[in-house]
Amino acid sequence: MPTVYVNDTPVEIGTKRLNCVQAAELAGQFVPHYCYHEALSVVASCRMCLVEVGDLKDGKVTMQPKVLPGCQTPVKDGTVIVTGEYAKRDPAVPALPYDPNYTKAAPPGERAKRAQADTLEGLLVNHPLDCPVCDKAGECKLQDFSYKYGRSESRMVDVKNTPPNKPQLSSTITLFTDRCIMCTRCVRFTREISGTAELQVVGRGHHEEIDVFPGRPLENKLAGNVVDLCPVGALGSKDFLYKQRVWYLKTVDGVCNRCSTGCSTYVDTNKDIVYRLRARHNPAAQGHFICDEGRYGYHHANAAERFVRPVAKVEGRFKPQPWSALLPQLKAELGAAVGANPKGVVAVLSPFLTSEEAFLLGTAFKALSADVRLALGPVPVVGTDDKYPKNVKGEPVEPVKFTIRAEKAPNRIGVEEVLKALQGELIPFASVAGESLSAMWFAGGYPEPSHLDALIPAGWKAPALLIAQDLLPTAMTASAKYVLPATTGFEKEGTFVNHSGYKQPLPRAARPPVETRGELQLAHDLLGRTGLVQPASVTKELAAAVPYFA
Amino acid sequence: MPYEPVLLARVTKPGSGKLEGYRADGGYETIARVLKDKQPLDVVTQVKDSGLRGRGGAGFPCGLKWTFLPKDHPGPIYLCVNADESEPCTYNNRILMEKDPHQVLEGIMLACYAIKSQKAFFYVRYEYGDSYRALKSAIEELYAAGMLGKGIFGSNFDLDIVLHRGAGAYICGEETGLIESLEGKRAWPRIKPPFPAVEGAFRKPTIVNNVETLACVTQIMKRGNEWFKSLGVPPDPANPRDAGSYGPKLYTLAGHVEKPICVELPMGVTIRELVEVHGGGVWKGRKAKAINPGGLSMGFIDVNAPLKGADGKTEYDIPLDFNGPGRVGCLGLGTAAVTVIDDQTSMVDVLHNVCQFFSHESCGQCTPCREGTGWMLKITDRLRRGLGRKEDLDILVEVGDRIGIMPGTTICGLSDGAGWPVKTAIRKFRAEFEAAIKSGEKSKYAKSLALAGAH
Repeated sequence: MPTVYVNDTPVEIGTKRLNCVQAAELAGQFVPHYCYHEALSVVASCRMCLVEVGDLKDGKVTMQPKVLPGCQTPVKDGTVIVTGEYAKRDPAVPALPYDPNYTKAAPPGERAKRAQADTLEGLLVNHPLDCPVCDKAGECKLQDFSYKYGRSESRMVDVKNTPPNKPQLSSTITLFTDRCIMCTRCVRFTREISGTAELQVVGRGHHEEIDVFPGRPLENKLAGNVVDLCPVGALGSKDFLYKQRVWYLKTVDGVCNRCSTGCSTYVDTNKDIVYRLRARHNPAAQGHFICDEGRYGYHHANAAERFVRPVAKVEGRFKPQPWSALLPQLKAELGAAVGANPKGVVAVLSPFLTSEEAFLLGTAFKALSADVRLALGPVPVVGTDDKYPKNVKGEPVEPVKFTIRAEKAPNRIGVEEVLKALQGELIPFASVAGESLSAMWFAGGYPEPSHLDALIPAGWKAPALLIAQDLLPTAMTASAKYVLPATTGFEKEGTFVNHSGYKQPLPRAARPPVETRGELQLAHDLLGRTGLVQPASVTKELAAAVPYFA
Repeated sequence: MPYEPVLLARVTKPGSGKLEGYRADGGYETIARVLKDKQPLDVVTQVKDSGLRGRGGAGFPCGLKWTFLPKDHPGPIYLCVNADESEPCTYNNRILMEKDPHQVLEGIMLACYAIKSQKAFFYVRYEYGDSYRALKSAIEELYAAGMLGKGIFGSNFDLDIVLHRGAGAYICGEETGLIESLEGKRAWPRIKPPFPAVEGAFRKPTIVNNVETLACVTQIMKRGNEWFKSLGVPPDPANPRDAGSYGPKLYTLAGHVEKPICVELPMGVTIRELVEVHGGGVWKGRKAKAINPGGLSMGFIDVNAPLKGADGKTEYDIPLDFNGPGRVGCLGLGTAAVTVIDDQTSMVDVLHNVCQFFSHESCGQCTPCREGTGWMLKITDRLRRGLGRKEDLDILVEVGDRIGIMPGTTICGLSDGAGWPVKTAIRKFRAEFEAAIKSGEKSKYAKSLALAGAH
């Protein structure tokens, strides 16, 4: 088995083709780096990942006399990697037989440690020390690495370069030019992942800057990723800028609900308000990045127009209702409608519900009568799948590295599987929309009201009893008798199934507005169960009832 | 008996750049003969055996480089001619290109035949307008005469030469920087390996050779290895890694000399002889203080520093072969462009000038070089304003020591060249720097002291 030695610790690499940074990570040893990123080409220019490399052969370690960039140096059987952290290695592991001529000049790890400190000193030569007003402070790699690997004092006494900022770089992104450390991750991203190549390096030497061509700003649907990629506070998202200090944010793993790709995200919240979404690396879902539709697609959660409490139409106007009075009333009215004609009652379950919510709501309605029908809510489809990278003509290029899907809903497959299991057939919303119904429960949750409005047929007549649960005002809620507040994708727990059938758990990142009762809780109440719903037990129930989720 | 120039034999003739004149002097007979009688491998072997080392600066054996090409490659293989002669005070390639372009072009033909390349890219730096025009008309003459293109000289060997004019950047002289620039990209040197011989221009095997090297190839193939090896310095028997310094070399003299001149001499002339005899001595009757033996990046020698173990001799007496400058702490022979600095010039000014150059020309890819060259410029700028601190010298030496491909902190050698003059100047003339810092005197050349690095 091929073995690599990282700070004397042997680690088996198998058949993987790794560089020193990756091999060290396998051994649990972090090698700091800026320009290196797994999804981008290697340029080995930041010189932060410098390590000492050698070979163990016939019981002798031959070290190369100079430091090497770990990101660019491949490992093979017998490679010896010594990082700058060698002095902090596990003392229980026996030391390798280093060549005395090598250790005489400097102990192992000393060269790498010095070189890394020198690189950091270089990076700070022209970096403004404006951390107190920098948005990146707290999650800045330059801060972190300087603290961990750098010098404590600056020897630079001269005037720093202060190139002007570039807020015109993009409508969504601003560039604090002086903070840039020229790792060129952003440039490589626009060239290799989005393919749109808006960003470039201009100037030479220490007057180098990131810039765009005049009149060709950074505008593409993946542009927001450059902010995530930026290791320092140079590229800032205008959406998030100066909204929060990052150490106040609580980060929860999330799943994007803006298209059927179902990208893994980090949801950054403070006091139940979502402030930012970032990409979370998940090779099973989307990889490293997310699109801007998803990234900035959280504002509906904080929208002023959002329904935050249940309302009932009284004399043509919506009046707030307390849940304690409303719930028995809803049950009674639904019961009456089912009693009169169960075939005239339909529950519409939108593809924005989690599989658990769809399951529990469906179960609740089927419990009223087996003849009550469950329909799949309108599935918004906008245009065609948008594939990246693109060439200069805007055509997608193989191999595709990112897809923004036309289907703008996160869980069509999950809801469909639930519906198929509960009633054996799949009824789309369009087929029940033409019928004259007596009652309809519309469980929506559409973050983009226009998507839903576009899918409601022109001559659609609302049933006499329309209970619409949604986030924002739509044509559906306008004609409803009762409007119930819905929860956003950040406020619920459950499972989304993406376009490829990948089931992704969705933890709750924020609590919904206080008077909102989540879909799962409501279904729980309709079923006559008491107390608070336990999402985990519903997931188990779902797995037991629907083989697809087993 | 004075040495009879070979590479520069024709440069003083009227109309030396014309095809007619070159052919009248026996030009293109060598390539015609080689195409008829020899196999490509024979040419490679002969050049390899001649001991020709690249004249561009690093002194890598030329024939050996050619053998690094992948065996039986289906092609295309490219030759890039490096005429981005940007090392300060270097102008030997320029004379060859302007005055005797056909000698170089014949060398290209020979090299292309040897490496089985059917296309050569001639990368001329932007600033060499006259060279560009001379080469352009020479290449047009060759095409008109049917000596380039399909089946040259009645053989079945095809060759095209593409003349490319750069846009003016020092880094384009680095071989992979040149290739990137040729491909239309920013001239950011590539990470090696893969070396250009394996994957170079347009991702094909590529050999990059200097103009003077190719002119030498012409003469080697014309006159043979015996002639070539009769000139220069044989390998040092005590040093197994020394490949010797054979052949003629174009030395250019610049700076404070009476006669700034480009002379052709056998390798191994001493700096003293070059300056005193061929350059007519230091100007205005002054004495030399420091000498830059081979382009700025090689560092400085202290004319008055005694050589160890050589009675009465000083660093002024080191021979200009591939090993000589290295013995006194310089980086190497470089481009053999000797720059003289007289005893009335402040080393602070010299160093500031050097730092300005390298800071301006750093491509900015690797952090240590980008920030290091800029920082050194700011410090030397402060020194010449009389605002130096004594710790500045240590910082300069430390930064000069730690940037470069030798300590492993950069991709290319530019910053080795940026650090070397700084550390050699400070190590060899420390007293002068310390005195300047202590006196707090402003530089007399600094009429307008714009702040370095500030926008």
